[in-house]
Amino acid sequence: MTASLTLVIVAAVLFGTGITVMLERSLTRVLIGFLLVGNGVNLFMFTMAGAPGLAPILGEGVDPDAISDPLPQAFVLTAIVINLGITAFMLALIYRSWWLAQLGERGDLIVDEDEMAEDAEETADLYRSSEEDDRAVQAVLEASDEDGGRG
Amino acid sequence: MILSLVAFAAVALVTPFAAGPLGRRVFPIIALVPAIVFAWLLTLVPAVSGGEVMTERIEWIPSLDIALSFRLDPLSLLLALIVTGIGALVLLYCTWYFRDDEPSLGRFAALLLGFAGVMLGLVTSDDVFVLFTFWEATSVLSYLLIGHDATKRESRGAALQALTVTTFGGLAMLVGLVLLTVAGGTTSLAELVADPVTGAAAEVGIALVLVGAVSKSALVPFHFWLPAAMAAPTPVSAYLHAAAMVKAGVYLVAVLAPGYAELAVWHPIVIGIGGFTMLVGGWRALRQADLKLLLAYGTVSQLGFLILVVGQGTRDAALAGTALLLAHALFKAALFLTVGIVDHAAGTRDKRRLSGLARRMPWLAAFATIAAASMAGLPPLLGFVAKEAVFTAQLEAGSAGGPDATWAWVALTAAVLGSMLTFAYSARFVWGAFGSRRDAEPTPLHHEPAMMSFAPGVLAATSLATAFAVPLVEPLLDAYAAALPGPTEYHLGLWHGLEPALAISALVFGVGALLVWKREAVARAQAGLPDAIDAERGYLRIIGSVDRGAARVTTVIQSGGLPGYLAIIVAVLILGLGGAAAANGVWPDRIRLADGWAQPLIGFTMILAASAAVVVQQRLTAVLLVGATGYGMVLVFGMAGAPDLALTQALVETITIVVVVLVLRRLPRRVTDRRAVVRAPLRIALGALAGIVMAVVGVVALGARREPTIAEGLPPLAEEAHAKNLVNALLVDIRAWDTLGEISVLVAVATGVASLIFVSGRQGGAPRLDRVDRRSRFRPVPEQADSMRSARRRLADVENETDAASEAAATRQTWLLAGRTISPRNRSILIEVLVRLLFHPAIVVSVFLLFVGHNAPGGGFAGGLVAGLALVARYLAGGRYELGEAAPLDAGLLLGTGLLVAAGTAASSLVFGLTVFESSWFETEVPVLGTLSIGTSTLFDIGVYLVVVGLVLDILRTLGAEIDRQLDEAGPDAVPADPAGVGA
Repeated sequence: MTASLTLVIVAAVLFGTGITVMLERSLTRVLIGFLLVGNGVNLFMFTMAGAPGLAPILGEGVDPDAISDPLPQAFVLTAIVINLGITAFMLALIYRSWWLAQLGERGDLIVDEDEMAEDAEETADLYRSSEEDDRAVQAVLEASDEDGGRG
Repeated sequence: MILSLVAFAAVALVTPFAAGPLGRRVFPIIALVPAIVFAWLLTLVPAVSGGEVMTERIEWIPSLDIALSFRLDPLSLLLALIVTGIGALVLLYCTWYFRDDEPSLGRFAALLLGFAGVMLGLVTSDDVFVLFTFWEATSVLSYLLIGHDATKRESRGAALQALTVTTFGGLAMLVGLVLLTVAGGTTSLAELVADPVTGAAAEVGIALVLVGAVSKSALVPFHFWLPAAMAAPTPVSAYLHAAAMVKAGVYLVAVLAPGYAELAVWHPIVIGIGGFTMLVGGWRALRQADLKLLLAYGTVSQLGFLILVVGQGTRDAALAGTALLLAHALFKAALFLTVGIVDHAAGTRDKRRLSGLARRMPWLAAFATIAAASMAGLPPLLGFVAKEAVFTAQLEAGSAGGPDATWAWVALTAAVLGSMLTFAYSARFVWGAFGSRRDAEPTPLHHEPAMMSFAPGVLAATSLATAFAVPLVEPLLDAYAAALPGPTEYHLGLWHGLEPALAISALVFGVGALLVWKREAVARAQAGLPDAIDAERGYLRIIGSVDRGAARVTTVIQSGGLPGYLAIIVAVLILGLGGAAAANGVWPDRIRLADGWAQPLIGFTMILAASAAVVVQQRLTAVLLVGATGYGMVLVFGMAGAPDLALTQALVETITIVVVVLVLRRLPRRVTDRRAVVRAPLRIALGALAGIVMAVVGVVALGARREPTIAEGLPPLAEEAHAKNLVNALLVDIRAWDTLGEISVLVAVATGVASLIFVSGRQGGAPRLDRVDRRSRFRPVPEQADSMRSARRRLADVENETDAASEAAATRQTWLLAGRTISPRNRSILIEVLVRLLFHPAIVVSVFLLFVGHNAPGGGFAGGLVAGLALVARYLAGGRYELGEAAPLDAGLLLGTGLLVAAGTAASSLVFGLTVFESSWFETEVPVLGTLSIGTSTLFDIGVYLVVVGLVLDILRTLGAEIDRQLDEAGPDAVPADPAGVGA
């Protein structure tokens, strides 16, 4: 099997740029990244068809050996339509989070620092609690040891 | 046996409800369950001693050869008698131990009874995995019972320690059991012992099982959980942590000894660890001031002793070990119950604060002294009988020579030294609990009901009685011991004449008495020595570092921000997939640079657009640049023989851009991302690496493909499906299941979008015009048809237009139904005309595409998208009312109908006796369309068409029309003041 190096490179660039954009904080940027990654992946799947040929439509005078592989095409077609659905869903999410969080001019950024600090505190509390439980056990055991205080 | 287990479970389930009205009087009632089972088991003793083995079996998981199989052999019966007998007494004792107002008394009673049942199941189950299940259940119940008083820190800590340690051992044991059962080809414990597994599997498997036994029976280095578990109520300590649960490890060693005592790993573990534990436990017990902890360390010591003896692997040792097991259960339970009474009466169990109890509690003192004497091994008690037998068996095994003789001498040494310590701490217990101190006043006592001493009295009396009634007990023990090798002349008894064992006992008593006499010197010596083994601290260090490590890993991985998670996912992708790709050795034979001259050009443009999308800060610009890559894909597809893809991609790309713009108009124009979670250089590096990895993977995947594509078989299949368009045939026929899944996803997505935007309900289609207004196109249309309640007002007013402008809006002619409803400033007559002219042809085209799809580019997806695009045009030109007029349908209805049609088509084949999705057709000549074969696959495609149209309509009426409405309501720049107002 061979494929066009150009297509592989284009797909890789779409994928790479998509990932780069996706890693930003803004949900809109995530969506843009998603669209790029989606296109990149679809192109990858398409390259798996190998050498291009005629459209995979049989008819008078069409040599079945000269057509391009229809299987990746069917996969990609499904993926394209699903991408549309997911895009709409992400947009709804973006709109809703913006609306609910009353972010206004700050757009679709979600501030998570406060939450992170809270989480860390909660974890530390849990951890401290189990440590204190263990210490209480130790205290009981040591209290009974006749030489516990000195030993 | 199964019946009694069911009885335990059933009664335990109703106990919490009964405990409400009955209070602590529930205990004597539920004590009947173990008491009755005990009585029934007693009647079996003669038969089982005679060699009869009772079995019961219910198939459970036949495919894994796991069955609920139970087996009552002599050893099981002995344990079962201990479990039920002492269980009944302890439950009875609870009646006076607790008060009616004890918190969660019902739960406690149920758990304790449940534990008795589970323990009975453990000692009688024959299937090792059923045994393991019971084994783990005892750990869990022990956890719950230790933590009975959940308000105390030490209860919670101790419960967790016990659970952690015993579960750790349990897991090791599970691995060992799997090894043994796979190697042995059976899950029956009896068969595994009768026909032992050999070789490495046996060594490793048994070592792992012994780890489980050692952790359960609290041997070094796992012993620390048992003293900690003394935070439990005393009945729990007496039952679980003296008589029953901790014996599970001893039981397992005793069961396995006949088959596996010869293994190389066996003696080092059972005798090495057992002996060491006996000494460590005894040593620590001698230092305890808390009587309960003294007993706990004593139990640790005795458990080491028991495992050491039953693990010896000779007939005499087995006989001695089982006698010791029985003796220990009797005296240790009695002593714990005694401590409970002392604790209740005096309010303390610290020997430093107890004084003068013997005179005021003579009966209890007598019972405790008998029990302690049995523990010390004094005649004429069962403890003495057992210990004599132990010494004899060890002397005999040592002098018999052979490979195990060394271990026998080690065992004897540990047993003698440990027994000296036992003697000393037994004396310390009795003296500490009941003695009078010269320097202290008698401890004030509450009166405790005399019946509370009933249980320890019975146990102490049994310790005494069994010593004289040895001939009644021995046959049962002997029936088990006979399975082990060695001479069979020895019998249990109080008097065997002047023999070496008696001399050893005398030595033990002498040195023990010396230790008691010189106790202050001993205490000084103990204080001078560092702790020989401090497993608690080791455990805490391990648990602490695991906790801290987990917290650190969690804070690193779970940074709390989406970009952080994505970065980790991408990093894993790069490392995992990249590593695999790098390790690959298959590359394509040759690589073409491009297909045709145009491809590099298109590709270059796409790369430029994608790179620009990374840099650009405006959202809309970025979206358009992404759109450019999408249209680039259209060209690539079109020129590489994929017309269907090109068509679909073009339609989807257009709709996507429109929809994204619809939402983004509401958000600020620029992306402000100053405090990035993942810094820009790292982002770019990750993106670049991910791209490179994908490129390499793409090339490798192509190179790895050696077999011809299955596409070669598709043309005949398509012909069979009456299709010329292979892609369409794949979608609606050959891979129809996949497509059905896909349109289900689309329905779910559409529903999700609608639920996110419409908060109070998603019924209905886009808003409609008023009936009156629809007839007269020349009047402004009032806002009315909304589902939300809002004041009737004219849009013109909202726009703050002058009267003249609204006048103009009112009088100008319109090309679209709802053209009136949008402000004149936003209207374009050219677009209205174009849309008006193109809409209906577009719908016709969409239907055309739908029906020719089988033979030419097109199909349900493309057709649906064209129809959707026509709706998009109507909406853009005429606003939300125009959308409602163009598609006066409920989007949900469209989606549902589409899915129903598709799924119904799939299922309809069943009616004709075909399998799901098997197609049938009729062909006909239709003008314009040509030969049309209408088949089930065409119907299926109609379903797809409807779902796609429904999806687009749903997107438009939510992200378009509903956002319009919210925008109108809030004003163009306003941030919603009251998010609760939208119904959150």
